[in-house]
Amino acid sequence: MHSTMARHQCSYHLLPTVACLIGVFVTALADIHVPHEPLPYATTALEPHINHPTLEVHHGKHYKKYVDTTNSILGDGSVGIGTKKKKSLEDIIRESARQQQKSSSSTALFNNAAQAWNHAFYFKCMRPPGSSDAVTATTVGAAIKRSFGTYQSFRDSFVKAANTAFGSGWAWLVYDTATDALLVTKTIGADNPLTTAGHVPLLTIDVWEHAYYLDYQNMRATYVDAFVDKLINWEFVEQNFVTAVGGEGGGGSKKLADEEL
Amino acid sequence: MSATTKLLNPALRAAANLRSSALPKDVSKTAAAYLSAAPSGGAHTLPDLPYDYNALEPVISAETMTLHHTKHHNTYVTNLNVALEKLDAAVSAGDVSGIIGLEGALKFNGGGHLNHSLFWENLASKGSSEIKDGALKAAITESFGGFEDMKKEMSATTIAVQGSGWGWLGYNPKTGRLEIATRANQDPLQATTGLVPLLGIDVWEHAYYVDYRNVRPDYVNAVWDVVNWDVVEQRLAAAK
Repeated sequence: MHSTMARHQCSYHLLPTVACLIGVFVTALADIHVPHEPLPYATTALEPHINHPTLEVHHGKHYKKYVDTTNSILGDGSVGIGTKKKKSLEDIIRESARQQQKSSSSTALFNNAAQAWNHAFYFKCMRPPGSSDAVTATTVGAAIKRSFGTYQSFRDSFVKAANTAFGSGWAWLVYDTATDALLVTKTIGADNPLTTAGHVPLLTIDVWEHAYYLDYQNMRATYVDAFVDKLINWEFVEQNFVTAVGGEGGGGSKKLADEEL
Repeated sequence: MSATTKLLNPALRAAANLRSSALPKDVSKTAAAYLSAAPSGGAHTLPDLPYDYNALEPVISAETMTLHHTKHHNTYVTNLNVALEKLDAAVSAGDVSGIIGLEGALKFNGGGHLNHSLFWENLASKGSSEIKDGALKAAITESFGGFEDMKKEMSATTIAVQGSGWGWLGYNPKTGRLEIATRANQDPLQATTGLVPLLGIDVWEHAYYVDYRNVRPDYVNAVWDVVNWDVVEQRLAAAK
């Protein structure tokens, strides 16, 4: 919106027009914007498994800070990640991951952009307890059986990964395009499956302490059980899987809209 | 080490490493426990805090101190003991792969126990400790330009730790200078860098979440008010 209005005013004299167009371009760059996606439910909706104070801080402070810092880094031009082309958040994550060796500002961009993505994905991986969806009735449910033998075997694997991530990290269910199979993986810090070729994220659990400390203190295992047994949004996991096997790369992939550039 | 021990240990070690049924299982286990470096028959214990749980208020609440000490640190101690028992078994069975497989658990839980033990000691109630003119202050000035410069740098570096970890002021025995370092997770400073730990600040979220939520900078800036400078000074003297 910004840019169309500015262009309208740029019509008349040559030098000011050139200056104006440069201004438009700079404004466009400054408008790169990763959105702070709203929580898909009320902050009280996941009680008693994850309570309002947790979601309020987790979504409103932690996630928001990652988004704000990402936008700030993208806007200040310190990292030359092709701002002229329309980049999705996933592209930004992959490029900054690759560039991490070369500059510390790429590391900062990666850490924040990946955490922004991870949190948006995580909140969508949950839905209020008692919502009716059954993993068994889904195609991803069938794929789980194919890859793990039984749902219980997948559950054990996922729970173990979540409980054994030392320190801050994430556990994932991913689709591996190379083997056409599902895998449980775990990552440290901000890292996520997007940086592993062929891995498409289907489901995640945040096991940074801030995700569970107010509700469970040090009892991560209790939080993990509650998440797995009461909160997983299997509809979302199913969508991600269907998109993944369809070849689109799933997981809420979202190109930044024209207006946002 | 007594002469008896000097003779006995290698013999026991050799005996314990025999995989064959030449050594009865219970004797093998006793030998392994005897050889284990852990005190009190092989078990580490949770050290008491040098002060009450509310002693560090308002910087760190009693609630945090109770959780941090009785739950988090205690779990590291428990799991360290479990890992050491497994290590004893692997060593006495000559299971090299098993020994190496315990690396992660030992580093994590052993590091957790070491780090937290150091941490409790380098804290003291607000107003009870001040840095004095002496070897520590001189070393800080030499290495950082000034006391406030050191605090500023250590705060920034510690706040910037990604995820879980620790900020440390350490003594470099090779250069004789002080350095600021950070470690991820529970990686212990001395074992992984050679620096002797003088002052540690825990920035795992559990260290500050109850009191400061996500605002780690507020916690780190406030923690300077509860540092036990006498202990830091003593550690430097011992390190030299």
